[in-house]
Amino acid sequence: MTFEKFIFYVLAAVLIISATMVITRKNPVHAALSLILAFVASSGIWLLAEAEFLAIVLVLVYVGAVMVLFLFVLMMLDIDVATLRAGFIKMLPLGILMAIAMAAELILVVGPENFGLDKFAAPARHAADYSNTEELGGVLYTVYMYPFEIAAVILLVAIIAAIGLTMRRRPDSKYLDPANQVVVKRKDRVRMVSMDAEKG
Amino acid sequence: MEFFIGLWEALPDGLQTVIWILLKIIAIILPLMICVAYYTYAERKVIGYMQVRVGPNRVGPKGWLQPIADAVKLMFKEIIIPSNANKALFLIAPAITLGPALAAWAVFPFDEELVLADINAGLLYILALTSVGVYGVIIAGWASNSKYAFLGAMRSAAQIVAYEIAMGFALVGVLVAAGSLNLGDIVRAQSGNGGLFSWFWLPLLPLFGVYVISGVAETNRAPFDVAEGESEIVAGFHIDYSGMAFAAFFLAEYANMILIAALSAIMFMGGWLSPFQGWPILGPLFDWVPGFVWLVLKTGLFAFLFLWLRATFPRYRYDQIMRLGWKVFIPITIVWIAVVGLAVVYQLPWWFD
Repeated sequence: MTFEKFIFYVLAAVLIISATMVITRKNPVHAALSLILAFVASSGIWLLAEAEFLAIVLVLVYVGAVMVLFLFVLMMLDIDVATLRAGFIKMLPLGILMAIAMAAELILVVGPENFGLDKFAAPARHAADYSNTEELGGVLYTVYMYPFEIAAVILLVAIIAAIGLTMRRRPDSKYLDPANQVVVKRKDRVRMVSMDAEKG
Repeated sequence: MEFFIGLWEALPDGLQTVIWILLKIIAIILPLMICVAYYTYAERKVIGYMQVRVGPNRVGPKGWLQPIADAVKLMFKEIIIPSNANKALFLIAPAITLGPALAAWAVFPFDEELVLADINAGLLYILALTSVGVYGVIIAGWASNSKYAFLGAMRSAAQIVAYEIAMGFALVGVLVAAGSLNLGDIVRAQSGNGGLFSWFWLPLLPLFGVYVISGVAETNRAPFDVAEGESEIVAGFHIDYSGMAFAAFFLAEYANMILIAALSAIMFMGGWLSPFQGWPILGPLFDWVPGFVWLVLKTGLFAFLFLWLRATFPRYRYDQIMRLGWKVFIPITIVWIAVVGLAVVYQLPWWFD
């Protein structure tokens, strides 16, 4: 077994164990942290496959931003695990059926008969100065220009929609306009009064 | 001596490489730790003088041994684990904070040649690692099982997510201007006959400002230190930490500050390049200065700026921090990325031709 294979198996084991922990841990925060570990392990596997740009972006976007917001919400929610678990036994047969169906679909699509080394030759190793990022950018802005731009427009629409949802008038919220705070002058706040000194 | 050379050659190739890399890591981490120790000393001295005090002056001549005394004190203090804390996460949080703060230095070019891992996507790597560092703060705040710590963690998470976007966009501007994600290539792209005027701080001035200010916010330093906020939430996320567990947070904060200072020097101030490069008289006069010295001087400039800011400004109000991050910085960076893009496409003279 080469050293690279050894690293792959370690990362794969970490990935599978942490992915299992995501659905078995009772505490939702622990589940989210396991998911983060799963992301990091899979990014390591991508690094082994010479996809360093994707690997780093996975950590940057999912670990660094998306999961922070997930944890943010999860930590503030008071999740009652008991009510979530209600009906677990009753729904178990249906759940098992769904799981079998999903596993069967996955095996049909990514099974060994579709992805063997005889179907696809192992990709050639690239030299150390090969830039994954440049290569990806080149393809993204030439061959896949339209899909890329359409995806961007859809995301833009999603952003506008999300902002639109929060744009409601809330009369109860106390808000100070920072622009007004900045331009305030002394004469708006302080009134100089000259008074005669009291006598007696 | 012969014996040791023989012993070294008897080792397998793979092990030799690992030992070499470990030695290089030690050669980076050890000076960094000393810098961190004396940065805390410098902070107390600088802020002391700014407030017309002398700062630490009892341990050793002029207080030079103060950081060592502090380190020894922290090492021998008891680490108290709150009885209702989540023990595993409570102990792992300082490590998660400190790890990325040190690991980011792996791709940092100290000189033309001097870099541990000269990877193509160096800039992305640093951005990814600094974003992982926030987990230490969040996990610490949650695992302590305390209201104050939790509030600190929430504030920190919201703040770091907000400022990371602005910081990322500022770096996008840099990589568009340099045409590379490799930190060494970014410095090389700034070399020119104009000396310090060929560096990126001038064409990317708004991004430079946004980057430095976001850097202060990312490291949770004053005036953006609402995550600690000693007057409101006592000490924020590390309220329940003591001894070395606390020291790990402390080390990580200062290591991150030095990292942000050094990265500002690399990306906007020409890294190891001489500020007089290509100038008629001063240029040749300063040719003998090694690039490393320039880098240290520039880093020191930003490191001093951090301390200066802390001594000068009062803490930001929380809603104003959010406003600055989302409504001011992000629009500025987006507009300036478009400007830089046009400048690169039309090969603006002096910088991009």
